[in-house]
Amino acid sequence: MLRYIAQRLLMAIPVFVGVVTIVFLVVRVLPGDPAQAALGDYASKEAVEALREKMGLNDPLPVQYVRFLTDLLRGDLGKSMITASPISDQIAHNLPYTLELTFTAILIGSALGIPIGVYTATHRNRLPDYIGRVISLAGLSVPAFYLGILLILLFAIELRWLPAIGGGDRNNWQDNLSHLILPALTLGLVMTASVARLARSAMLNVLSQDYVRTARAKGLQERIVLVRHALRSALIPIVSLTGVWAVSLIGDSVTTEIVFSRPGLGKMMVGAMLQRDYTALQSIMAVYTGFVVIINLITDLIYGLVDPRIRSK
Amino acid sequence: MSQTTFAPRLTSQRQRVWRTFLRNRAAIIGLGLTILVMGVAIAAPLLAPHDPLEQSARYRLAPPSETYPLGRDTFGRDVLSRVIYAGRVSLVVGVASILLGCTLGTLMGLIAGYAGGRVENVIMRLVDVLMAFPSLLLGLTVLAVLGPGLEKMILAIGIMFSPGFARVVHGSTLSVKAQEFVEAARCVGARQARILRLHILPNILGEIVVLASLWTASAIRVEASLSFIGLGVAPPTPTWGNMIRDGTPHLMNAPWLSVFPGLAILITVLAFNLLGDGLRDVLDPRLQE
Repeated sequence: MLRYIAQRLLMAIPVFVGVVTIVFLVVRVLPGDPAQAALGDYASKEAVEALREKMGLNDPLPVQYVRFLTDLLRGDLGKSMITASPISDQIAHNLPYTLELTFTAILIGSALGIPIGVYTATHRNRLPDYIGRVISLAGLSVPAFYLGILLILLFAIELRWLPAIGGGDRNNWQDNLSHLILPALTLGLVMTASVARLARSAMLNVLSQDYVRTARAKGLQERIVLVRHALRSALIPIVSLTGVWAVSLIGDSVTTEIVFSRPGLGKMMVGAMLQRDYTALQSIMAVYTGFVVIINLITDLIYGLVDPRIRSK
Repeated sequence: MSQTTFAPRLTSQRQRVWRTFLRNRAAIIGLGLTILVMGVAIAAPLLAPHDPLEQSARYRLAPPSETYPLGRDTFGRDVLSRVIYAGRVSLVVGVASILLGCTLGTLMGLIAGYAGGRVENVIMRLVDVLMAFPSLLLGLTVLAVLGPGLEKMILAIGIMFSPGFARVVHGSTLSVKAQEFVEAARCVGARQARILRLHILPNILGEIVVLASLWTASAIRVEASLSFIGLGVAPPTPTWGNMIRDGTPHLMNAPWLSVFPGLAILITVLAFNLLGDGLRDVLDPRLQE
């Protein structure tokens, strides 16, 4: 198991470096001058040139790349091109909001999606199955931000149960929690739809296997057949694909944060984008990448727990 | 599941596929909805009751009425006409970007799968890296640098989806390549390009079509998200995403601004998802239960 973890950790490195490199290249190679963007269209040529020099944009690309990577490894995320304040401060302020949002959503998605999938699989082609399939198809088709708007209309404007906007007071956990519920539910429900769908088909696959028939034939209770025999091996594909959905949920968290005007990395990133703050953009993407790598690692760990073949290797 | 019949096969493969498709109720609904949505977008000038760009300050945020069934927006423009016209952008972006991504990805996958060796390694590692990351975030970064615009949007979304196609095509190419008819073709001296085009591609086409229709649904959702963030086609051209974005500050007093364009997205994405699911049941025999 330890070797497996170490192996996974090592494999995360090329992914991290790869994505960070792509982001670096996108920002540098595509048209658009960061210095010009920072100073605005009316800046003099000399001023732009001076800023380019100061930002190191005149150095050869490989030099810039090595500097970017070493800074990143030292945890130095650079300074904002617009406000000149360290980007890590801003990230430190925003990251907790994004973390609590995404992890609550992943929890909701797995905790609702897997049981729904198992239940609909065992009631195949009966009413609960049809309802479940229709709902999960709708969930697969709705963009997260639109679901967020619908939840705001229902719970915040119509029923007035929960606040719709902001991240809540950090020092007051009740306020914080009440601001978390709607956005986390938005992302969680979107994920629930996909997880329920794949859990259903994984379960159906397993239920038609011979050993499940054998378990039933020898007279075991249906509950034990389902949980100990079927679900245990269905969990292997479920876990790995849930990890994939958890990663794609990070993409949706950007629009969700905007709908709910929540502080967070997504809002910060869009702000940086609209201001053409390329250094900030680059660093935020690096943090997101780290985030993705961590989620993949957690998935791999759970995978190891679920699949005894991996543990014994 | 394997019920062997010994009767001679009298129907062609195409007829069989078509018949299975017609028996699939969800697929028919999906096809119908897709044709409907496309028809509405194409016939927009005929169907839209008003000019989607005509402003009227007097009727700002007017609620739905008989002549303006979905109400009016912040500039007094007709929401229904705008929803109808906005479909054009979403569908063009959805279809064109998937065509681009599908072509790019299929080429990459075919080459990697057929060539093997170092070429395969380089292409597939790149695909791994691109797939390890939420595609929406990569699309955001590319668009942030390129700036907004229809062609840029198509380019960004197309590139986003190409690794997915590459991975699937690569896998299928590997399995088709190992079959005897490919070996036979090679034995009679067929050139590589011919083998790829005539022997391998037709065998994996079904799978590509299924993915393309499912991912058109995703591409339309991504387009809506990017427009919503403000990176889409520039206003005043309406898109479903930017209409929702303009509507969010008025959720309290004019919810119709956001609700109806969102409904349009939901219906369109649902249509392509149903169509894709139906096609999969028909074209991908492995998944038939």
